[in-house]
Amino acid sequence: MPQGLSAFMQDATIVSSMVPSAVLVLAVGVFVAAGVYLILERSLTRVLLGFVLIGNGVNIMLLLAGGQAGVAPIIGTDNGESMSDPLAQAMMLTSIVITLAMVAFLSAMAYRSWQLYGHDEVQDDIEDARVARHAHRGEAAYTDLDAMDLAWTLDDEAAEVHDDYDIDDGAAAEASPVVAVASPAAPPAARFGASRQGGQQ
Amino acid sequence: MNLWIPSLWTSATLVPLPVLLCLTGAGLALVFQRHPRAQRAIAMTTLILMVLVAALLLVLSDRGAIVAVIGNWAAPVGIALVADRLSALMLLISSIVLVCVLWYAMAQGIGDGSNIGRSEAERQDLLPVAIYHPTFLILAAGVANAFLAGDLFNLYVGFEVLLAASYVLLTIGGTRDRIRAGSIYVVVALVSSLVFLAAVSMIYAATGTLNLAHLALRLPDIDPSVRLGLQLMLLLAFGIKAAIFPLSAWLPDSYPTAPAPVTAVFAGLLTKVGVYSIIRTQTLLFPSPDVGSVWVDRLLLVLALFTMVVGILGAVAQDDIKRLLSFTLVSHIGYMVFAISLADGQGAENLGATAAAIFYVIHHITVQTALFLVVGLVERRGGSTSLDRLGGLAKLAPGIAVLFFLPAMNLAGIPPLSGFLGKVGIITAGAQVGHPLAWVLVVGSVVTSLLTLYALVKAWNKAFWQDAPDDVLVEKAGDKAPRGMYAAATALVTVSLALTVFAGPVHNYAGRAATGLIDGRSYVEAVFPGGTENADDTGVRDQEVADDDGFDEEVHQGAGVKGTGAQGADHG
Repeated sequence: MPQGLSAFMQDATIVSSMVPSAVLVLAVGVFVAAGVYLILERSLTRVLLGFVLIGNGVNIMLLLAGGQAGVAPIIGTDNGESMSDPLAQAMMLTSIVITLAMVAFLSAMAYRSWQLYGHDEVQDDIEDARVARHAHRGEAAYTDLDAMDLAWTLDDEAAEVHDDYDIDDGAAAEASPVVAVASPAAPPAARFGASRQGGQQ
Repeated sequence: MNLWIPSLWTSATLVPLPVLLCLTGAGLALVFQRHPRAQRAIAMTTLILMVLVAALLLVLSDRGAIVAVIGNWAAPVGIALVADRLSALMLLISSIVLVCVLWYAMAQGIGDGSNIGRSEAERQDLLPVAIYHPTFLILAAGVANAFLAGDLFNLYVGFEVLLAASYVLLTIGGTRDRIRAGSIYVVVALVSSLVFLAAVSMIYAATGTLNLAHLALRLPDIDPSVRLGLQLMLLLAFGIKAAIFPLSAWLPDSYPTAPAPVTAVFAGLLTKVGVYSIIRTQTLLFPSPDVGSVWVDRLLLVLALFTMVVGILGAVAQDDIKRLLSFTLVSHIGYMVFAISLADGQGAENLGATAAAIFYVIHHITVQTALFLVVGLVERRGGSTSLDRLGGLAKLAPGIAVLFFLPAMNLAGIPPLSGFLGKVGIITAGAQVGHPLAWVLVVGSVVTSLLTLYALVKAWNKAFWQDAPDDVLVEKAGDKAPRGMYAAATALVTVSLALTVFAGPVHNYAGRAATGLIDGRSYVEAVFPGGTENADDTGVRDQEVADDDGFDEEVHQGAGVKGTGAQGADHG
């Protein structure tokens, strides 16, 4: 027993023992253990059952936090010495109500999942798997036109922009490195032409 | 009985109002389910009133924490709602963000990018708009309750309220993607709630109280190892909610599938409620610099580093703007955790770190929400959020481009924007602490900032600057978004820029909030105005307690309440 705690207990207004019932402590352990096992399953229905079990376990923990059971905490029934802790019970009730609402929502979601997919399994992150596959193949996360090796230099592009490059001259075009560009990168003229056109539509 | 009437309207009356307003608004909005216009008016009025109340609280709480005890039972019997500077600041910025998001959502009509190509009737059919407004208001009530809670169990209830609303909002419409992503989110959030509840019951068993101020008095007396266990349980619960590595994997998967306004409000507020709870409990309940506490701080430092670096590396790998932003969200939570872990102690550098953490939270709420709203506009205009299917938006929609560019640079921390100021504050605090691990974190946060810039500039290049890939015809995608969406996004970007302009006053306020947090006594004295030694006593109270900063704090708690039969609430 921690020193501070025992000192605190001496000031406590109600002289009920802090030693909780062993059966309840055991029940908390069993509930939470079984609940954790179920919540690790894929099926939402089992997760739901696991949540219910852990929820019950934690609710009993709240009850245990109130100390040993006593008479009903109503003024006049007792001089206050053997009353049970009403606050722990109030909190337990609140959390039972919250748990109930969550169970309702979770079962609705499991049902909807069954409607849509024919099963109620919690699925992996699809997007994550796709990004991971990209990485595994050593591909870039996304195509980047700027970063591609386009085999034409900035000088060519500058010439293109200033219109002093005779694109219609077949011989010049053949001699220029633009022809060597491999798909998917189009020659600069085609690229810019297409997008400019697109921009005007 | 006439004497009661003036005492009813004190500054303490304002404290529960944000929660009450939102819940009443939610109820009314449900009643007017079939009248969308009335519903919108109710929702907007409620949230604007909430902004006003929060602004008033911000001004009033600067003179000292305002405490309202429900039912007029003095703490710790009555459930205390406490508005100190931190709560009021968080409340004000959250309510402003909520108003902007609601405005945006109204203009959008809750149809989002995934419904492009459907007729308006189909969109209406697919998404039950009638439940959006009530749920949104309940979310606001939960957020407000969490910020104002002066009681650990009330904090739990606030969390549950906002989480329950968030489950509905995230799976709104019940489409395939949202059910898939929603089930992960819901299960993770439920587990974190159970951990929190277990922590609450253990703390009650160990101390016999859940009132935060009362706990601040009693926790130093219990066995250090028990206290360490309680601290770790709370950190585990809040860490899942705040998305701290390695508890952050759920976030980038679940957030992007929701409609833009929902993602925006989640990204802005929900993780920050977790961060707020960590700040509150770490500074108020576990301030003592004992061995266990030091190790918890070290642990938080390491986790902050991993949160920052792993988060931002995830962002760099993404090719979808929404997912990219979700990863940056995780990454920047790391900055806040870094600052919080430096906050433990009484020195000037701890004060600076706490102030920096608060300023960064405020900055990040506005910027991250603004970015998600703008991405909603991008989705409308460009027809996609995939970077491979976007391009040329700078030419097509220069307005969106500016709206994206400003918060993006702000998030990356380009001077002179508020992101830069926040990061400088945190890094300065780290340098002042001077611990080797803190220096590692300083380097880590600079690297994270650069990588954020890299990720966002890449997104900017792909979506806005570069020509669209040839096979994508941008013009055929979405039509122009309604003006209200632009206006709401512009308003929020303006707020985030205003944080830059008014960074001085905001930072000063954050500094005063930090003083109150580091000291802790002012909070306890506000809750127990009769003195801490007879904290279990209840009685008539209307007095002024001198604040440690030299401010007078006014605590009005009404009059004439007797504490008979109340002892049941406070024993072991």
